[in-house]
Amino acid sequence: MDLSCTEEEEDFRRKLRDWLGTALAELPPKPAATDWPGRRAYDCAWQRALYDAGYAGLHWPRDAGGQGATPTQHLIFLEETERAGAPYVGANFVGTLHAGPTIAAEGTPEQRARWLPPILRGDEVWCQGFSEPDAGSDLAALRTRAVRDGDSYVVSGSKIWTSHAEIADWCELLVRTDPSAPKHRGISWLALPMDAPGVTVRPLRTLAGSAEFAEVFLDEVRVPVSHRIGAENDGWRVTMVTLSFERGTAFVGEVVACSRVLGELARTARANGLWDDAVLRRRLGRLSAEFRALWRLTQWNVSEAQRSLRDGGSGVPGVGGSVFKLRYSQARQELYDAAAEVLGEGALDVDHEWVADRLSSLSYTIAAGTSQIQANIVAERILGLPKGW
Amino acid sequence: MDFQLTEDQEALRSGTRELLAGRFPRERLRAAADGAGPVVDRGLWRELGAAGFFGLRLPEDEGGVGLGLPEAVLVFEDAGRVLLPGPLVATHLAAGLVEGAASGERIVGMCDAGAKDQLWEHPADCDELIFLGDGGPYGVDASSPAVTTIRSVDPLTPLARVVVPEEGRPLGGDASRLRAEAALLTAAEQLGSAARTVEMAVSYAKERTQFDRPIGSFQAVKHLCAQMLVRAELARSAVYAAAVTREPGDVAAAKLLADEAAVHNARDCLQVHGGMGFTWEADVHLHLKRAWLRERRWQSTAAGEEALAEELLSEGNVAL
Ligand SMILES: Cc1cc2nc3c(=O)[nH]c(=O)nc-3n(C[C@H](O)[C@H](O)[C@H](O)COP(=O)(O)OP(=O)(O)OC[C@H]3O[C@@H](n4cnc5c(N)ncnc54)[C@H](O)[C@@H]3O)c2cc1C
Repeated sequence: MDLSCTEEEEDFRRKLRDWLGTALAELPPKPAATDWPGRRAYDCAWQRALYDAGYAGLHWPRDAGGQGATPTQHLIFLEETERAGAPYVGANFVGTLHAGPTIAAEGTPEQRARWLPPILRGDEVWCQGFSEPDAGSDLAALRTRAVRDGDSYVVSGSKIWTSHAEIADWCELLVRTDPSAPKHRGISWLALPMDAPGVTVRPLRTLAGSAEFAEVFLDEVRVPVSHRIGAENDGWRVTMVTLSFERGTAFVGEVVACSRVLGELARTARANGLWDDAVLRRRLGRLSAEFRALWRLTQWNVSEAQRSLRDGGSGVPGVGGSVFKLRYSQARQELYDAAAEVLGEGALDVDHEWVADRLSSLSYTIAAGTSQIQANIVAERILGLPKGW
Repeated sequence: MDFQLTEDQEALRSGTRELLAGRFPRERLRAAADGAGPVVDRGLWRELGAAGFFGLRLPEDEGGVGLGLPEAVLVFEDAGRVLLPGPLVATHLAAGLVEGAASGERIVGMCDAGAKDQLWEHPADCDELIFLGDGGPYGVDASSPAVTTIRSVDPLTPLARVVVPEEGRPLGGDASRLRAEAALLTAAEQLGSAARTVEMAVSYAKERTQFDRPIGSFQAVKHLCAQMLVRAELARSAVYAAAVTREPGDVAAAKLLADEAAVHNARDCLQVHGGMGFTWEADVHLHLKRAWLRERRWQSTAAGEEALAEELLSEGNVAL
């Protein structure tokens, strides 16, 4: 049980801090939330800056163009960038956290060479086309069809809830290549160019009023067979690799951010007199315990991944990510409910940052696997309880 | 950073588990609960002493094992798993302060001197009682303070109200440090109990069938179990981290989350057991009652939450 950093890790942190000091000073102003092209440009410029400084693909293997950093260094990176107020991964979420790692793990050398460098440089943006109108939690029920025609697949169907679809160049697309096989065994993973003929994107308005995600309609879109990652009909296994990345490390910076917000809530409450309310004080104290522990759980999980790597394992975050996500998604919602308490009537002003964040926190128990699905995963895969309803 | 157990720590854990399974098997727990055996057994106490349970953190040249707080936390976690009774935390903390505590020759109780009267665990079994006063810890002979016994909710933790004596033998040691360590080791016991009740619930859910299938295949049951594991694992991270950092905020968080995990998990475990869970015969109530008791000892929920809230106010605090 060692929480201290090695000399090498401290050195990494120092250099990163130094670099952040200068890099953040040169950052352009943040674009408006509704300015999608502006947001894309902003996020990609940051990714480019990371690339130029040698921080892009930090946790990716070296032979995939990454830095081969240890899980601990990756954790330090996420912690320090958040503390310094650096831009969030934003539009590059899918590229750097799902699609990229999947291609790195499962792609051929040609496929790696084609798709990984532009992700690392911030040249190309990816989105994730998994969910369908009739395949959400039951993702393997997806029906978007891909029929082989010579060197191409002809793809028809529709995807939904596709975040960043409007500004993406590529989509990691799950399609059904064998309708007669059992549902998990007839799926393939394709890289779909979003500008291909037959792709139509229709933005969906979220409850926050913004257009964070979209419907994607696919009408006989031709996708070269060479765009398939992994074997035909092996897409489910390929996908599971991506999903564990998503649940393992995606929220590290956010835990740091939540703790900062918690401190701001306390100081705001003291300034507006609500601090005299013991119920509110104790609620904030309890949340502080939650976020401290979530941070420690992250360190625990990261150390576990690091040991797995050292012992020749995959280093891919395991089901422990589900334990984390279940509690974190709930804690985040409780944090912003507490923020509303601190704001009083100000909680009705949707222009307040905390109110906007309160709205977006509602998606945390749904996106990337609902809390019920996470609980099923914990119960069946960790505790070994029988499948069933 | 390597926030996992070292090989030595793993070995300590399995050694402790083995020792407790041999010396304090379930039959002894049940015998004590049913009034058919002693709650605190002097022979067992000496064996624990000989195994280094109390002197774990004393330097080797003072007859101890020379280990640290993380190791103590692992040992107390396992004591909590099997509901080992007795003033374990108190006697462990008394090692080095009271002659005979480390070896298990003398059984020592401990109370905070903060309020006028205090609850004292296992009053009839203790040889000496330590009070943590503002001016430092002081000890009195166990027979000297005025006590009123109460009927304890936990059949394995007899309790008495004790009027705090103004003074006693000064013992050296730092009272606030002892308070924090008492809170953390109590949290470790809670963690062990919380992890144990997950196992009990899961194994019962796999065995018990209704509607022609194991009840563990019903999602309502499954999700109770999943949330139990989440609570236990979150508490584990907090308790282990506090053992490493010893930071007051970390200790407060550890105690809060371990209390929550122990109490809530015992409740859910009881629910999973159905009518069986409401019996004296099932062990579930013993976990719940002990968890209720520990929740009130060394750091109450209210005090922990208030302390963490206060800490949030300090400028530049990021709460991690
Ligand atoms: C903000 C946001 C962004 C998203 N971005 C993307 C994206 O970029 N790409 C993408 O592919 N998808 C994306 N999603 C989709 C997301 O993954 C799905 O919404 C999610 O998996 C749930 O599927 P669903 O919406 O169809 O709900 P359903 O599966 O219909 O679930 C409805 C309710 O039923 C419950 N339920 C369903 N099955 C079970 C079961 N077996 N046991 C217990 N309860 C069950 C669920 O928990 C839920 O409460 C996004 C979603 C959100 C909210």
